Amino acid sequence: MALLELDAVSKTFSQRRSGRAVQAVAGVSLTVGKGETLGLVGESGCGKSTLARLALKLVDVTGGRIRFDGTDVTDYGSRRMLPIRRRLQAVFQDPLASLNARMTIAEIMREPFDTHGVRLDSGLEARIRELLSFVGLENIDIQKLPGQFSGGQLQRVAIARALALEPEIIVADEPTSALDPSIQAQIVNLMLQIQRKRGISYLIISHDLDVIGHVADRIAVMYLGTIIEQGAAAEIMERPLHPYTQALLSAAPTLAARRQIGWKRIMLTGDPPNPANVPSGCRFHPRCHLARDICRTDVPPLRAMPDSSRMVACHLAPDVTGQAGADVGRARRGLAPAN
Amino acid sequence: MILSVRDFSIGFQREGESLVAVDGVSFDVEEGETFVIIGESGSGKSLTGMSVAGLQPPTAFVSGSIRFKDREMLRRPDAELRKMRGPEIGLIYQDPLSSLNPVWPVGDQIAETLTAHGLADRAEARKRAIEMLERVRIPDPHRVAAAYPHEISGGMRQRAMIAMALAAGPSLLIADEPTTALDVTIKAQMLELLAELKREMALTIVLITHDMGVVAEVADRILVLYAGRIAEIGPADAIMLQPSHPYTAALMTSAMISQTPAKQDLNAIVGGAPGLGSFPAGCRFHPRCPRAQHDCLSVEPPRRKFGTVELACHYPIEAAMPLEIARG
Repeated sequence: MALLELDAVSKTFSQRRSGRAVQAVAGVSLTVGKGETLGLVGESGCGKSTLARLALKLVDVTGGRIRFDGTDVTDYGSRRMLPIRRRLQAVFQDPLASLNARMTIAEIMREPFDTHGVRLDSGLEARIRELLSFVGLENIDIQKLPGQFSGGQLQRVAIARALALEPEIIVADEPTSALDPSIQAQIVNLMLQIQRKRGISYLIISHDLDVIGHVADRIAVMYLGTIIEQGAAAEIMERPLHPYTQALLSAAPTLAARRQIGWKRIMLTGDPPNPANVPSGCRFHPRCHLARDICRTDVPPLRAMPDSSRMVACHLAPDVTGQAGADVGRARRGLAPAN
Repeated sequence: MILSVRDFSIGFQREGESLVAVDGVSFDVEEGETFVIIGESGSGKSLTGMSVAGLQPPTAFVSGSIRFKDREMLRRPDAELRKMRGPEIGLIYQDPLSSLNPVWPVGDQIAETLTAHGLADRAEARKRAIEMLERVRIPDPHRVAAAYPHEISGGMRQRAMIAMALAAGPSLLIADEPTTALDVTIKAQMLELLAELKREMALTIVLITHDMGVVAEVADRILVLYAGRIAEIGPADAIMLQPSHPYTAALMTSAMISQTPAKQDLNAIVGGAPGLGSFPAGCRFHPRCPRAQHDCLSVEPPRRKFGTVELACHYPIEAAMPLEIARG
């Protein structure tokens, strides 16, 4: 049974000025298994952060169901969510913004224990020290304020705090995006180590396909409120089948790609889409170089590809898109296109 | 050579103490190349890049020399620097809203860069503003010219900022983290556009970034700054694919996520970059360096030639060692 299950969830916001409804998430179904990492990838405005907030029950869905460990928690209020929250924690992009700047590190670390009325025989201070040293912050002064630490250190504090009550899953929204490159690698390693030691599950949301491709077991790609491709991480990184996933993967050049002479990316034209103005048919068709008539009129369903666990929402996959996908995957690894 | 920086230092007074942020940096930029300055927060990369355009913070003290086309830029009067920014040096930033005026139509702002420098009268400037918007591949330049910055999309604003930076025909473009806040597909469009404009307008580009993907794509030569000093400088291929300085090697391997088997630990550098005022003695990278020996703690490594690059390291990684092995 899945630990976290989103079943056809939607979220519609009404715009304050115009009163128009904007559907940020449009019928997304996802599961995160025990000990599994699901990576959710997409660009700004695709609805991925809204989806994270729905999964955390920080905002309510306008449609669909959310189940945690088999229990339907869709209609749970904050009191009934409290025992679930111990098991479901969050880490956000900017630790300086997500940690209270006026509280000392000790107070920040104590808060989850107080909120959930957890008393420890061994003493709170010892437990806080243990958690901080688990995330690589052995000798910090816990009476200091967040402003006195670096971004990398604060993200470790945020992770230590999320781990305080031994959750079963952490939802992490862009956990490495605000950090310097050498610090990003440290945080990626820390998250992997935590999973190896504790068997924790992750729902990791990022625009960074490199990070997602590295940490995730499965990947879901989001575009304009819907999932357009989903499957095993290795399969998607090696042979993306949706033209949007292909463009995303080829847009971010790798060092390996630099070695390959004649490497050429798939270029998307136009601006990122606007959820207030959803195109007809396939939502991606105005930016798709393969688009044909059916794409402008018919919504492609998310359907299983032959011989794999992959789901793709594209009329032309895999027959028309397969070769380009294989070439994108090869280019990332520094290999020339296959002939 | 279009730009020559010699023994450039910049620092600040804080509580009676002189804190040096960039310490004795020298490099040349050749005409027509894309020269990339890489560094993390606190490395001094933006201070260095902005000083080239005479945009160092007013409270900073500077020494050394920055010569642009044989004219000294440091200690040059503000009025003269202003005359050069636009016609000779263009600037683009991470956030286009920091260079676009929110209460002025985009086209007028581009035209202003021409009229302010006496390069065109108003009617001519307007016409050239439209041409400039076309040049940065804006599909409906008349509409965008009449729009206020908040009325156009982020991608269009980025293009409008580039149009404004290039309208007066500079030969040098300084780009400070121009793609950092952008989505990958838009970032790809911007990089392509900059490459095309560089060819069409015979630009030299100085790009300041910490995004290794961007570096991989555009760099001809690379300068790696660490804690205000040069770690390594040389041709992009050598620096990216066969880095000799342990810091560069660590940066590149930590950026090589796609080549590390999934779910395995990345080759991360320990610790964080030191802040201003707490730079270590000897080699400033030594507390984080896996190759550090006793002398690295006290003796500052001099800059020297090493294969096709120059670096400041007592124990560089031997050349001809491919990156995969160097990771070990």
